Amino acid sequence: MDAATKQRLQQIACEIRLGAIEGTFHAKSGHPGGSLSIAEDLAYLYFQEMKVDPSNPKWEDRDRFVLSKGHTAPALYAALALKGYFPKEELQKLRHIGAMLQGHPDMKHTPGIDMSTGSLGQGISAACGMALSGKYRNKDYRVYTILGDGEIEEGQVWEAAMFAAHYHLDNLCAVVDNNGLQIDGKIDEVMSSYPIGDKFAAFNWHVICVDDAHDLEALEKAFNEAKTVKGKPTVIIQKSVKGKGVSFMENQVSWHGTAPNAEQYEQAKAELTAQLDALSK
Amino acid sequence: MAEQKKIATRESYGTALKELAAVHDDFVVLDADLAEATKTVMFKKAYPDRFFDCGIAEGNMIGVAAGLAAAGTKVFASSFAMFAAGRAYEIIRNSIGYPHLNVKICATHAGISVGEDGATHQCNEDIALMRTIPGMVVINPADDVEAKAAVKAAYEYEGPVYIRLGRLAVPVFNDEQSYRFEMGKAVILREGTDITLIATGLMVNEALNAAKLLEEKGISAEVINVHTIKPLDEETVIASAKKTGKVLTVEEHSVIGGLGSAVCDCLSEKYPCKVKKLGINDCFGHSGPAVELLKEFGLTGENIARIAGEMAAK
Repeated sequence: MDAATKQRLQQIACEIRLGAIEGTFHAKSGHPGGSLSIAEDLAYLYFQEMKVDPSNPKWEDRDRFVLSKGHTAPALYAALALKGYFPKEELQKLRHIGAMLQGHPDMKHTPGIDMSTGSLGQGISAACGMALSGKYRNKDYRVYTILGDGEIEEGQVWEAAMFAAHYHLDNLCAVVDNNGLQIDGKIDEVMSSYPIGDKFAAFNWHVICVDDAHDLEALEKAFNEAKTVKGKPTVIIQKSVKGKGVSFMENQVSWHGTAPNAEQYEQAKAELTAQLDALSK
Repeated sequence: MAEQKKIATRESYGTALKELAAVHDDFVVLDADLAEATKTVMFKKAYPDRFFDCGIAEGNMIGVAAGLAAAGTKVFASSFAMFAAGRAYEIIRNSIGYPHLNVKICATHAGISVGEDGATHQCNEDIALMRTIPGMVVINPADDVEAKAAVKAAYEYEGPVYIRLGRLAVPVFNDEQSYRFEMGKAVILREGTDITLIATGLMVNEALNAAKLLEEKGISAEVINVHTIKPLDEETVIASAKKTGKVLTVEEHSVIGGLGSAVCDCLSEKYPCKVKKLGINDCFGHSGPAVELLKEFGLTGENIARIAGEMAAK
């Protein structure tokens, strides 16, 4: 990755964070913590990797993205708005009555949303179906899905994991966002999903571990490796920081599903704007 | 009259899939390790490249079906009613119903006529569950001819459909040549003036038998086959209720939430009249031969005629 690309993607990740904070602030609810931890993934996928066309969101040959951890929609909405699927003003209407942007992704009403998700464990199954459809119809698109490390406590995830390997869905790449926290506390205290990599390996997936989910070069390496894997699906298990980029939200479980108040919003915005300014220099 | 031919509607489903596949190459079939029983095996043998076994994992199967549909591939997904409508309910609701995806869920082994497998496999709640999902079409065909036609109509329809199918071989009373299936349109099989029998699935033939018994007693029963429980053909139901003033619903399903409830929902608002619901009375089934279970639970022409006779006499 050249320096200019890296800088551009870092800026986009920062803008995604700003959009996610803006959305949850105006919604007075939502999930900022897990939104902030996947900003680099969304920046990389939507602005570097995936073949998509915002002017033709239903393009048959596009790559697909399924946010299996659907509660982190504020980040996805910010990425889609930045990409040009809809005006950024929509972010301020998130979760409002009559708004296009629902609390969890709604493929029927939001351009760019490939699958309605929110009930945990279901997105990965839909991603498997999309990948299977691609194989069946000889399409060369790829399917990406992001799961939470708490989400993978759902049994359906492992049904899907078995299915994807059984049908050799090498056009499927899952990301497990291992920020270590779920609503009730630390993953390893609530219901440990560890060891995550060993589990997927046992289910015959190709496993890639990324030590820093906020390192775009590491993400590029991982997503590129995934594309070279034949005959099996790939999972990228990324260590991330819940609440990344906003000092008082980082690694705090309380920010899983709490919106910032006006003061906190201003502080978060100031911190993220400063990061963006630093990147622009 | 010759003995009626008997075919289980699950067989009809397998046959219809094969017939559809011969003409259309744009759909696939999923099953959850029950292909031999649901009869998707007939399709599997003829079109192995278009059949995907999902193993004993119904939740994922429904999710995969949603993904296939979201990517533009039409799909039929099958298991027993208990595991499709029951176990996978929330996935059907959120991954298929909410995005209104074009998935056909064809669930076999519905009702107590599953027989010997007993209560764990006798799903008497699937119609109720599926009815509550906005935009879901719910169909319960009465015989082989209707089941094949329903499967083909579901293929043509864009949107989620639940088709309830049975394990037990049941009489074929519709005429293959003249039968036309219209989704959402009830069929008046026999006109009458004293009481209306509204039935669905394998109870339709029993209602016809009941009407014959009632006729011998001088009671004129109208028999309506409601193959599509949702959307309900309210017009036909209301018109018949207005004519007879008394309605008996009959279904091999719980009296809570099924056909009887759908009819009551309609009539209580639009034409309140005497309605009695015959079905499974808020209890579990148990093991035994299907035909004996149907008798035990009162789901026979004789019992329908008895109850209808009492209602007509009042």
